[in-house]
Amino acid sequence: MGYALNFNLIWRHFDKLWGGLLLSLELAVISIAIGIVIGLVLAVWYVSAGRVVRTIIAAYVEFIRNVPLILLVYLVFYGLPTVVDIAYSAPTSFVATLSLYSGAYLVEVFRSGLEAVPRGQLDAGKAIGLTPWQRLLNVRLPTMLRITLPALSNTFISLFKDTSVASVISVPELTYGAQWINFNTFRIVEVYLVVTAMYLVTGYALLFALRLVERRFRAAR
Amino acid sequence: MLTQIAYALPFLAQGFALTLWVSLLVVVFSLIAGVIMGVGLVYGPVPLQWAVRIFSDTIRGIPILVLIFFVYYGLPAVGLHLPSFWAAVLALTLFKTAQVVEYLRGAVGSIPKGQSEAAKAIGLTFRQRLAYVIFPQAFRRFLPPWINGVTDAVKGSALVSLLGITDLMQAINQVIGRTYEAMPLYILGALIYFAVNYALSLASRRLERRFSFIRD
Repeated sequence: MGYALNFNLIWRHFDKLWGGLLLSLELAVISIAIGIVIGLVLAVWYVSAGRVVRTIIAAYVEFIRNVPLILLVYLVFYGLPTVVDIAYSAPTSFVATLSLYSGAYLVEVFRSGLEAVPRGQLDAGKAIGLTPWQRLLNVRLPTMLRITLPALSNTFISLFKDTSVASVISVPELTYGAQWINFNTFRIVEVYLVVTAMYLVTGYALLFALRLVERRFRAAR
Repeated sequence: MLTQIAYALPFLAQGFALTLWVSLLVVVFSLIAGVIMGVGLVYGPVPLQWAVRIFSDTIRGIPILVLIFFVYYGLPAVGLHLPSFWAAVLALTLFKTAQVVEYLRGAVGSIPKGQSEAAKAIGLTFRQRLAYVIFPQAFRRFLPPWINGVTDAVKGSALVSLLGITDLMQAINQVIGRTYEAMPLYILGALIYFAVNYALSLASRRLERRFSFIRD
């Protein structure tokens, strides 16, 4: 073995890791924000739509869920610009990919959440004369969001981890920073120990914070 | 375009075979390791429970990509030289093992305590209790999520392309490098992955329905 740990070079380049961590979080936050919009719209549409729309939405969900994220990242970054006339930076392309990716997972989350809203609440809304639109905005969605909050925070944390795949198209997030230090200083074990700790601490801090939020908004049963 | 892709098909098929081979190895190794560690987590002495819990939470708390790089670049640094193929299999197995541990814990935990107590009361040994009472019931809870989780192994195996292993993902990238037909090849690749994984998730859903007579 005989490997002497030496963290000096890691601390000298720590800005790469710190900046990378912040970018990872940023990518995850933007992607889940867009993903929530995609998921909400498609889920609400799904539960009220006919067979054709349902099939299309289901096809989108199943396609995204059953294809490796790295392939989707390549497809959007290298593939799409060859057939459509668009040009975007690697981070933008990755956010687009991860948004579509999280959107597909969130459609499922929201759809089952909508189905879990007690029937009686909707009937009560109808009884007091709320319009269908009011029933959706004031009754169905708020209750559904409370029910789905735990699944939402889990999705967010796994998206935070998925941002590591952005390194394959040279987005300078945390995993990319780790590889940079790996290749330039060869303090391999040290850098991955530090990066593992950074992912763990951030991930569990997020989990803890989100659990507090969940407790605050827990659906009354 | 089509002729170029047709020409590349045997090469892609080789890559696909490697993807399946990696996935199969990972699934088998992680099943063995995961069941043993899962039993340790549920029935083991407290220090063992802690060790498995820390292992599982650590592995599940970091991106698979970081785990793959850590194993691939880290092991040679400490003097362990594995061929890149086995380093990739090892990293993916670690990741999948942590999942299997959680499936097993969930499945065994869903069996009412009375079952185990009744088995104890009629004098079954620990092994007999597991083999004749707990596992046959827990199996039905374990199987659907486990089969669904195999898709994670197949999807995760696409990351080994980053270690220069010619799996399906890497084969696609290499063919694109020669033909510049990026979009058709990525879509073809996506459809192949989709076919495998969708079949697995359908099987999982069907089994879940088949076993749904068990109530909570």
